[in-house]
Order: sequence, then C-alpha cells, then structure tokens
Amino acid sequence: MISELTRDERRLAVVFLGLLTAVGLAMAIGGRDDLMGVHGWLVALLAGTGTFLVLRGLDGPEPPASRLTEYYDTPTKVGIILTLIWGVIGMFMGLWVAALLAWPELTFDAAWASFGRLRPVHTSGVIFGFGGNALIATSLHVLQRTTRARLPDQLSPWFVLIGYNLFCLVAASGYLMGMTQSKEYAEPEWYADIWLVVVWVVYFSIYIRTLMRRKEPHIYVANWYFMAFILVVALLHIVNNLAVPVSLTHAKSYSLFSGVQDAMTQWWYGHNAVAFFLTAGFLGMMYYYLPKRAGRPIFSYRLSIISFWGITFMYMWAGSHHLHFTALPHWVQTLGMAFSVVLLVPSWASAGNALLTLNGAWHKVRDDAVLRFMAMAAFFYGLSTFEGSFMAIRAVNSLSHYTDWTIGHVHAGALGWVAMITYGSIYALVPWMWKKPGMYSKRLVEAHFWLALSGTVVYVFAMWNSGVIQGLMWRTYDQSGDLAYSFVDSLVAMHPYYIARAVGGGLFLLGAVLALVNVYLTITRPAPAAEEEGSDLPALAVEAGE
Amino acid sequence: MFKFHYNLERNAIGFVVAIVIVASIGGFIEIAPLFTINQTVEKVADMRVQTPLEIAGRNIYIREGCYACHSQMIRTLRDEVDRYGPYSLAVESQYDHPMLWGSKRTGPDLARLGNKYSDAWQTAHLNNPRDLVPESVMPAYRWLLRDKAKIDDLGEHLAALRTVGVPYTDEMIANAAIDAYAQANPDSPEAANVTARYGEATNIRAFDGEPGAVTEMDALVAYLQSLGTLTDAAFQPQVAEVE
Repeated sequence: MISELTRDERRLAVVFLGLLTAVGLAMAIGGRDDLMGVHGWLVALLAGTGTFLVLRGLDGPEPPASRLTEYYDTPTKVGIILTLIWGVIGMFMGLWVAALLAWPELTFDAAWASFGRLRPVHTSGVIFGFGGNALIATSLHVLQRTTRARLPDQLSPWFVLIGYNLFCLVAASGYLMGMTQSKEYAEPEWYADIWLVVVWVVYFSIYIRTLMRRKEPHIYVANWYFMAFILVVALLHIVNNLAVPVSLTHAKSYSLFSGVQDAMTQWWYGHNAVAFFLTAGFLGMMYYYLPKRAGRPIFSYRLSIISFWGITFMYMWAGSHHLHFTALPHWVQTLGMAFSVVLLVPSWASAGNALLTLNGAWHKVRDDAVLRFMAMAAFFYGLSTFEGSFMAIRAVNSLSHYTDWTIGHVHAGALGWVAMITYGSIYALVPWMWKKPGMYSKRLVEAHFWLALSGTVVYVFAMWNSGVIQGLMWRTYDQSGDLAYSFVDSLVAMHPYYIARAVGGGLFLLGAVLALVNVYLTITRPAPAAEEEGSDLPALAVEAGE
Repeated sequence: MFKFHYNLERNAIGFVVAIVIVASIGGFIEIAPLFTINQTVEKVADMRVQTPLEIAGRNIYIREGCYACHSQMIRTLRDEVDRYGPYSLAVESQYDHPMLWGSKRTGPDLARLGNKYSDAWQTAHLNNPRDLVPESVMPAYRWLLRDKAKIDDLGEHLAALRTVGVPYTDEMIANAAIDAYAQANPDSPEAANVTARYGEATNIRAFDGEPGAVTEMDALVAYLQSLGTLTDAAFQPQVAEVE
C-alpha cells in the first residue's frame, strides 16, 4: 500500500497522519474527564501507528511509471474485504439484538451490551460499515471503468477509505460507551460528524477530478447515481447534524433544532439516508454490474433519465410520512404522503429497467447465482418501494407506524435489495480484481444465495405478521367500548415472531460468513481446476476480457 | 428534454449543480416554513423548562437508547388517546434538543408517563423490569442505582442549551449543580430554591429512595416523572378533532 504512493504522497501522508495524531492527543488530554478522552487515545494510537508505518517506508523506491497505464484498484480490493468484515459484524449485532427481544437476559448485566447501545452498532454497522464500504469500493472501480480514466492520485482514495473506516470505528465504539446524539442513523457525536465531512469532501474531489479527466464524452448513468449519493448525503449530513457541543472537551452536544422542526429535519435526513445512501448508491452499483454480468446493455436509456431525476427530486419530499398524525403540521404530512405515492413511478422505472435488461439473459439468471443475486435484488427493490409508497398513505400508516411492520419493510430493502446487490456485485468483482477465473467455490455462492433468500423471506414474513397483529391489537375495542388489549398483551403475542425473526437473521448471517470465507479462499488459493471445467457460464468470457 | 439531457450528461460541473438544485427543493419547501409560520408551535404561558437533574436524566435516557423502543408522541388517533392520554402538542417538545418522538413502540409510549407510577415503582422497574412485569423484554438497568450521576458540569450543559434557544437564566446556569443535588434531596436547605426557579410543579424528592448522593437512577426517574407535565396545554379543550 505505502510502496504504491509516490514519495511526495508519502510525505503528505506523514503530515496528515501527524496532524491527526496531534488532534487525537489533544482530544485525549482535553477530554480526559469525559468519554471523548477514550476516542482521543483511539485516534492518536491509530494515526500514530499509521505515521510510523509511512515513515518506515518513506525512502522506498518510487512506484514504477507503468502504474499510470493501469487502473488503480488496490483501495477497491481493501474496500471489498472491509465490506465483508463489517457485514459479518453488523449482521451479528443484528442477530444479537433480535435475540434480546426474545430472551432479554442475554446482556450479562453489562451496560455496553444492553439493547439500546447495541442497536445503533447494528444499524450503523450494516448501513455505514457494510453499505458504505461497499459503495466506496465499487464506486472507485466503476468510476475508472466508465470514464476510462485512472484515479487522479494514489493518496486520496486511501484517505477516503481509511478515514471513513475510522469514522465507523469511532461511531460504533462510541455507542457501546453510550455516546449518541439519539438521531436515528445520525447517532455519532459532533467531532465524528465533522471528520466525516472532511472525508466526504475528499471523496467528492476524487469523483469530480476523475470525471474531468474522462476519455468518454458522456458520464455513464452509474456515475449519476454515485454523484447524487455523495452530494446529497453531504447535504443531509451537514444540516441534520448541526449542533452545539457542551464544550470543546465534551463529547455531548445539543441539536440546533428542537421539537417539531427537529423531527422534520431528522426524518428528512432519515428517509433520504435510505434514498441516497441505500438506494441511489446501490442503483449506481446495479447499473454497472448487472448489465456487465448479464452481458446485455441497459434496457432503456430514457427510462434511466426519468427514474434518476424522479428519485433525486421526489425522495426529498417524502420524509414527513414518518410523522403522520403527529404534532407536525398537517400540510407537511400531506405533501410527504403525496410525493411518497408518486415516488413509485421512478422507483419502478428503475426496477423495471433492471429486470428488462435481463431479457435474453434469463437462462443465465437460472444458472449463475451471482446474476441471480442481482436479479433478486432488483425484484426486492421493486417490492419494497411499492410497500414504502403504500405505508406512506396516512390510513395505512395509522396501523403500521410504531410497529414491527416498519422493521419488516426496512429489512426487505436492506437484506433483499442492498445486501443482495452488494453480494452479487462483489462476487462479480472479486475474480476481476484478483485476476482469477472465477470464485473459489460456485457451490458456496449458490448456498449463500439460498441462505440469503430464505433468511430474508423468513425475516420479512415474521415482521409483517407481528407488525399487523401489534397494530390491530393496539386499536381493537371490546363491546363495552374499552381497549381490548393491554400493551403487555401485544408484547406477549410478539414472542414467536421475535424468535422467527432471529432465525431468519441467523440464516442471512450464515450466508454472509460463507461470502467472507469464499472470497478469502478465492484470493489466497488457486481456483480448483475441476470445478472450473464443469462450468458452463458464458459470463466468464466477459470476465476474462475485462 | 432528452436532447437537453444529452448535453447535460457531458458536463460534470453542470450535472453536479443540477443534482444539488433538484435535491434541495423538497427539503427547503417543507422545513423552512416550520420556522416562520407562527401556528406551527402553540403559544402557551405555563411551559416550563426542565431542571438540571431532569436534563441529566434525559441525557441518560438518550445514552441508553431508550428512544429506540419508546416513543414520546401520542398521535391524533382515538385508540392512542384512550391508551396514553391527550395527544401530543408541538409545544410540549419545544425545548427538546433533540426531540425524542421516537419511531418504534417495542414498549409503550412515554409522552404522559410523568406521575403515572410512583418513584419506587420506576426505580424497581428500571432496576429489573421483570420483577414487576414478568413478560417484559426491557433490559435491566442495574447500574443506574450503582453509578453516581455526573452533575458538576450541568451548568455548561444548560449554557449550551441556552445557546440553541432554551430560556435558561444566568441564575439557573450558575446554580445548576447545586439545584441538581437539591432536587434529589428535599431536606437540603437549597431545595426551596429549585421550586422558586423552576416552578411549583417541580418534583423535589429522593427519587431512588435514598437521599444523599445523586445516582443516575435519581436523574432518570426525575426525568421520567417530568414527561408530559411541563405544560397543561394538552389537557385544554382542543379545536382539532381526533381522527
């Protein structure tokens, strides 16, 4: 990694890392009476180690000039591995918190292991750790291939990848210690938020500098989505995290907004974290890897344009559907509902565009589990966007809101769409990156597919059932006009579904472990000859020629 | 239109600007008016601010992620009003930085929890919920009774809250740590000052059952007992109908 940097870049890296070490030490000393001090030591230790490593390699030979004739893929490779590791961590945390709802004693009387602290480790672990690393890794790969331009330098992609993972680490360790802003999916405290802005600015600069040097006249549709992801997430992140720290040596901060304005800002953020992190970014992934793996061009260019601008414009109005029947003014709720319903049009345009791209390649979907992951992802994308529009209707929301139905909906999207498109893309990408004829074991990929699909189905059906039952029990009246069930009655009714949900999540986690093992074996061992001979996948020819 | 796009997608900077403009419209139209339209938050005279001890408790509520399972927002639906009490008004979370409306009810809504149960019930329930509600799946927060609440820097917390718009006075900020101690020690000479500063409705009790040191349990129970009691506005006759 360090030997790939030019000498100037190594010197720049030493300056950055030295500064970061100093910031870490300042936090450690200034925040010694506060939890911030722990993060200070963590940052100082990691940045200090980095400084030492770069200094040790400072006088090594310059990287060969021939590097400039090849794409720069090492950050993508490391990003893929980080994605798989964060996936296992995040999903394990998910299984744990799911089990806690069925068996609440699994906390060992330890504060860090209670539900409220573990849950954000799960959500941030999968959204930011797993999803974010997948987006960074694949976007850097797609960007270079679709512009036919190399990344502008070697240092900035490392800054983004390592800096981003430092953010994830500070966030997750903070939750365990009880540091949170309480804003869902924006829990990290103010200094982590500021650091993410710095990382994001560099990420954007890589994108724009590479695009400016592109050899293709047009910017490919995958890059529209990756750019929307980068730009809009920055906008959302900055506005929603505006806060005043208690002092510069306190981790705790108080949100700039309060009450109804804060709620609207939070769900404008929260819903569009779904839209631009978990949808736009992964659509960018889909628009490259799915046609590539299928060996078919995108079905419709015009449909791509309509769905892209539809999503970019309309999603930003939809957040208020999280606040139906609350103290938020009625007109905002109605606007959110209306746009959420119309949003189905661009969403299904995207899903349809992906599925129609597979016309003429359905036999490959049958035979190739990698392509099947992507096809299933497009199907689940269509399914969960339909469900989302439906749940945004005020009357439906009166039943579904506050219940497990929402959790089921989120996981139809997160497991069925986000994770499946990610695993499909990674399985396509790994052999290209490490120059192997294919994955180490196709049977493991096949097993992963069925584990992932069955896990998702079990999970989602469990939560649909529990959510609807919960919602109905809360609103049922008996013949004398009193509420028929106490809250505890509804909780008891959830128990079998909470066990079923943990089983579904466990199946999905098992698949994620298989993926990590399979990728590890693909990288470290030569592909077994016998299995490759038995393969009848025409897609391999495409891979080899890539 | 497609011809225009054909040209737009050849221009990286143009594309970036277009994304930012198109994506900014929705949020701007929905959020900005909430700060300017006067009816958004009701005007009530009796809205009090939270005491330093309640703020410390609120920060424990946030730290432990209570908001992940408990909402503080009763919707304008008949069954919710019957189950939890009058529906929540915007003014009730006017000073909540951030709001804790929540998004999920694994446990019940807490918007009107204040004074619903005794301090002893709350303390025992937080210590181990299954001692009182055998079916509960809530974590046992046993460390709340063991750990002392950090109250010495509450003045800085109140000052930060004033910066973002909560009307704490200089006197409240200067006496924050003393007031926090006094609120949990009704026999201390400073207890009367808390009532004078924060109003007659303020609870001044040994919340965890033990006067003396202020535990995290004291702070959290003080906060929970304040929920829904900061103003009576929600109990006044409403113009809006329950749907």
